[in-house]
Amino acid sequence: MNTDLAGNQQIIEIIYLIASVLFILSLKWMSSPATAQRGVRAGEIGMVLAIAGTLLHHGIVDYKWIAIALVLGSGIGIPLGMVHMTAVPQRTALSHAFGAFCVTLVGTAEFYLRTPNVPRFMMAVLSMEVILGSLTFTGSLMAAGKLQEILPQRPLTYKGQNFVNLSLLGASVAIAVYLVIHPEAHQLFPVMIAVPLLFGVLMIVPIGGADMPTVISLLNSYAGLSAAAMGFVVDSKLLIIAGALDGSSGLILSIIMSKAMNRSFTNVLFGAFGQVQPAAVAGQEEKTVRSATAEEAAGILAAANKVVIVPGYGMAVAQAQHKVRELYDALTKRGVDVRFAIHPVAGRMPGHMNVLLAEADIPYDRLIEMDDINGDFPQTDVALVIGANDVTNPAARTDTGSPIFGMPILDVDKARTVMVIKRGMSPGFAGIDNPLYYLDKTLMLFGDAKAFVNSIVHELSGNTH
Amino acid sequence: MGSALINGLFVFMLAAFIGFEVIRRVSPLLHTPLMSLTNALDAIAVVGAIVLVGEHKSTLSFVFGFLAVVAATSNVVGGFLITDRMLKMFKSSRPTKP
Repeated sequence: MNTDLAGNQQIIEIIYLIASVLFILSLKWMSSPATAQRGVRAGEIGMVLAIAGTLLHHGIVDYKWIAIALVLGSGIGIPLGMVHMTAVPQRTALSHAFGAFCVTLVGTAEFYLRTPNVPRFMMAVLSMEVILGSLTFTGSLMAAGKLQEILPQRPLTYKGQNFVNLSLLGASVAIAVYLVIHPEAHQLFPVMIAVPLLFGVLMIVPIGGADMPTVISLLNSYAGLSAAAMGFVVDSKLLIIAGALDGSSGLILSIIMSKAMNRSFTNVLFGAFGQVQPAAVAGQEEKTVRSATAEEAAGILAAANKVVIVPGYGMAVAQAQHKVRELYDALTKRGVDVRFAIHPVAGRMPGHMNVLLAEADIPYDRLIEMDDINGDFPQTDVALVIGANDVTNPAARTDTGSPIFGMPILDVDKARTVMVIKRGMSPGFAGIDNPLYYLDKTLMLFGDAKAFVNSIVHELSGNTH
Repeated sequence: MGSALINGLFVFMLAAFIGFEVIRRVSPLLHTPLMSLTNALDAIAVVGAIVLVGEHKSTLSFVFGFLAVVAATSNVVGGFLITDRMLKMFKSSRPTKP
């Protein structure tokens, strides 16, 4: 019996080892679109193996409820996997919340199973698990709420906000330290969950829509780290590996995102970017803009050789990606070279624009990253900006007083003609005026992105309707 | 018992390095699917939750474990599903480029 148990345990460990290899390969294959689907397969096989292997665990006596939970979870997962592509940022935030929820629950259960005698190191990782887990849980729910626009997207700030937030975080760490020294003080454990839960909510309150790509990546990283901590608690190397992979992935994305905004993490989390008020607004002289109709815009586009389209969050909001595809087709048919310039923080999460344009069947080799396309703008006849604002603002290059000074931007102002589709002259999420709009070579196309692109397409195809 | 934790730290350190090296090479084109994939993989936490439910050591551990399995499974299923859907959309313009 005993040798049989040991044998079983060894089989499980070997299965976990295979799953770990598959997980690493899965991420490795994500490096290019050509192999990425193979990567998903590898991940799926690894996951199924790991779950099947776990069921061999000798202590398991109750399979019925496991089966019910798996079926129930799949029932929730399928609709979450079928959401529309425009809802991907909030779906991602929600799944970070689910992951963190799972980890926090397991951590809590493990604590109460072991409570009178929890070794110190175990208590330390358990604390890390539940603190990161609970702040990620509420933080991600808040982020999802803001992205779904159930909650206001504008950052909410009040006096002493950073002090309150930092005190809450400090308090959770202090409780954790106390519990490590006095593990018998189990009545403090619920407090160590409640405080970070509150912190998670308050942490996201001052975050504006434009900061979401960084915040969602940071939450991703926290979710991974809390899972890795859980790996230590339940002594699962597979979980430590998966958590470390997820944690480093989230961290890399956060670094890329904050670099693309020329800001530090602390600045994103405590800076409340959207609150910056344009100070010079009162003393500003009246500046003039030139606007154009769809007919004029279509004429200019049809006469161009090289066109670069710059999509932004506004395109996602207007759901204009399919109309943009029609525009791409109409222009390509006329022999115009059309490419898309993708700023790393365009949209609400890393890679958001790429997914939307891919959904509209635009070939991915037409989607060009900022660093690769910026040199081409001087040879570009028309730069067409659709729903992007701050990422095209030349003030980031020149105006040392601008809140976005130093942020890398797409150099659309270097194109021969710039056209901007915009609802009106209201400033972007950062609340900063964009000098691009007042250039002589800039034509403003006022209207809804989807409707305006549609009328350009109609003009191009010869219909007057 | 101390050695198990030290072993764990070694595993964590190595996996974090592998993660950095592998993920640095992921094309920015695929950052959204990358995030949904790592999310699905992260839901491997389900194995810890399954053991809690199966062992049924206390009512609390059973109920919490059950909820944790539901949450993690929804991430597994939803995460792989949407990653797959997104990747199917990425198509190259195969015809000869100008």
